[in-house]
Amino acid sequence: MWKRKEDEYIPPAEPAPSPSYTPAAPAPPRPSEPVRSEPTYASHSNEVATIGKSVVVKGELSGSEDLIVDGEVEGSITLRGQSLTVGPNGRVRANIEARNVIIHGRVDGNIHASDRVDLRKSATLSGDIATARISIEDGAFFKGGIDIQKPEPGPKIESKPQASAAAAPPPAPISTQGTLLETKKA
Amino acid sequence: MSPGIFQKLFGSARKSADADIVPGQKVSRRSTGFGEFIRAISREQDLKILDLGSTSPANITFMTGLGHRFQQEDLLRLSNDKTLLVPNGDGGSGIDIDRFLRGNLSFSRAEFDAVMFWDLADFLPEVLVKPVIERIQFAMKPGGTMLAFFHTKDAGPDAPFYRYNIVSKDTLELQPVRGFRLQRVFNNRHVENLFHEYASIKFFLGRDNMREVLVIR
Repeated sequence: MWKRKEDEYIPPAEPAPSPSYTPAAPAPPRPSEPVRSEPTYASHSNEVATIGKSVVVKGELSGSEDLIVDGEVEGSITLRGQSLTVGPNGRVRANIEARNVIIHGRVDGNIHASDRVDLRKSATLSGDIATARISIEDGAFFKGGIDIQKPEPGPKIESKPQASAAAAPPPAPISTQGTLLETKKA
Repeated sequence: MSPGIFQKLFGSARKSADADIVPGQKVSRRSTGFGEFIRAISREQDLKILDLGSTSPANITFMTGLGHRFQQEDLLRLSNDKTLLVPNGDGGSGIDIDRFLRGNLSFSRAEFDAVMFWDLADFLPEVLVKPVIERIQFAMKPGGTMLAFFHTKDAGPDAPFYRYNIVSKDTLELQPVRGFRLQRVFNNRHVENLFHEYASIKFFLGRDNMREVLVIR
């Protein structure tokens, strides 16, 4: 009931005014109250950097943690293996390379996402997309080309074959609900 | 072309944009022309398809599912960019055609195997119709296929602009889009004149005040 939808954009909470930064241990939840997680943009990663809506960056941006851009970026963004979220106030004029790219704001540039691109309903994208999976919500504006690519193969896990496993049916495919495009069959 | 035909058919007292357009529900429509179009592009894979209608996730899914590359350009929305307006001689303003063509439909010669033009010719500003058709011809491969729809005069001036979502190989879903009004209607001769530089044209008559046209470059 209290769980936030993963695909919902929730702006970061306003920081409480304080004269100095003091990391405080989180207070344990009261037994009578439901536990609510802090609103975040990227729930699947612990490290998220944010470019706030009043920040303007020109140049090359690269890193190894998830990034939220709610300000302006001009240049290039490279986050190999990580996620980029362009918030509703975000204005990006850059080529983007990342694992996942989620766009609520405006992007002018080409996107190369090794896993997935999500264009939310408020998104405006002018540029080409190369990715394995793409989702475009109703209302999103897109001008450009789409090249659906095979996903990069993950690390191979070697295990001894078991006698019972050989006779077992193949595992059910992973649900891709919300994904509009699947990987193109070779 | 059909200059002034809108006024002849519907009179000159046009109301302001989208004042009367009430968003309706999605309508499903079987389309013979679209069926032929799909047959034409299903013979091989890795074709390059250009969709000039409103951004449709369903169309992207369908076309990439067939193994084609997909290019999207929401031409009508782009043509309504206010920054394209320049003052004209009589105190009003008009579209800067050169600027529009510099920023849009900027494709290489013979880049596309197929184009989904839908019913844009009925809704685009008059000055853009001919240049757009010429630019598309430039961007299409010889033998390439274009699908276009045209309203008949029975459609009336308040015919809504639709986003065409592909449902299956012969069925479309029509989703009304606010903000655009029918600018004109073409009769068969106008349509033939519009595509006179193309190799061939084939008409499919629909029952719902629409003519479907398959044009071969």
